[in-house]
Amino acid sequence: MSMLHLEYQVPGDDFTRAGEASGDVKHKLKKLGYEPDAIRRVAIAMYEGEINLVIHGGGGEAVVDVDPDRVDIALIDQGPGIPDVEQAMQAGWSTAPDNVRALGFGAGMGLPNMKKYTDEMTIDSTVGVGTTVKMTVVPGRKG
Amino acid sequence: MQVKDIVDILKCQVLIEGDLEQEVKTACGSDMMSDVLAFVKDQSVLLTGLMNPQVVRTAEMMDMHCIIFVRGKPVNQQVLDLAEMKDMTVLSTPYRMFTACGLLFEGGLRGGCDIQ
Repeated sequence: MSMLHLEYQVPGDDFTRAGEASGDVKHKLKKLGYEPDAIRRVAIAMYEGEINLVIHGGGGEAVVDVDPDRVDIALIDQGPGIPDVEQAMQAGWSTAPDNVRALGFGAGMGLPNMKKYTDEMTIDSTVGVGTTVKMTVVPGRKG
Repeated sequence: MQVKDIVDILKCQVLIEGDLEQEVKTACGSDMMSDVLAFVKDQSVLLTGLMNPQVVRTAEMMDMHCIIFVRGKPVNQQVLDLAEMKDMTVLSTPYRMFTACGLLFEGGLRGGCDIQ
C-alpha cells in the first residue's frame, strides 16, 4: 500500500475546473515535504493529463499513489480512444477543436509534455472503449 | 527587480496584491498555455493576453507567482478569485505584449531560456 493514495473525479463538461486535482496533489506533496523538482514534474504532467481528460476523454478518473521513492499517476477515461498512439505522441499533432485552442491549449504538446516531465509513461487505448495513461515520477531522476 | 518595480515600469493596476516585495529575475510572455508548460523553467512572472482560469492554473503548476494581463483587458472575477486563493499577484498593464516584454527586459528581467 502506498504512503498516500488519492482519487479524483475529473468532470468532462467544465473546462474551468480542469487542474483542480493536479493543484490538490501539488499542495499535498508540498505538505509532505516532497522534493520540489519532483512536485513540479508531477503537477505539470498531471495537469496536462487532466486537460486531456476534459478535452478528449469526456472526463474521467485520476488516481495518484505517493511513495518516498516514486509517484504513480493513472488517468482513466471512457472516451473515444486514440486510434494511433504513436501519431498522438508527436509534438504538434492535435485533434483538439478550435474552442479549446482559443483557451490556450490544443497545440499538440500535451502527451509529449507528459512524457518529457515523467520517468515512465504508458498509454493503453482502445477506440470506442477508452484510454488509460499511467505515469511515474521518480525524485532525483530528470530535472 | 521586485514585483512592485513591475507595477511602476508597466504602469500596472494591481488587481490582486500578493507579495509585492518578491524578487523576480525571469519572465515568460505567451497566450499559449501549452507552450508555457512545455518550455518554461524557473520563471516567476507570466505575461499573457489570454483570459481564463487555466492561466492561473498554469502559473500555479509552474510555481509562478505573478500574472500580468496585457492590453488593459478587463479581468473576470473567476480568474481573480482563483488567483487570490493561490496567493498570486495579478496585474493589468495598458501596454501590449511586445512593449510590455520589452520594457521589462530593459529593466533587467530576462527570459531564462537556454539560448540567452
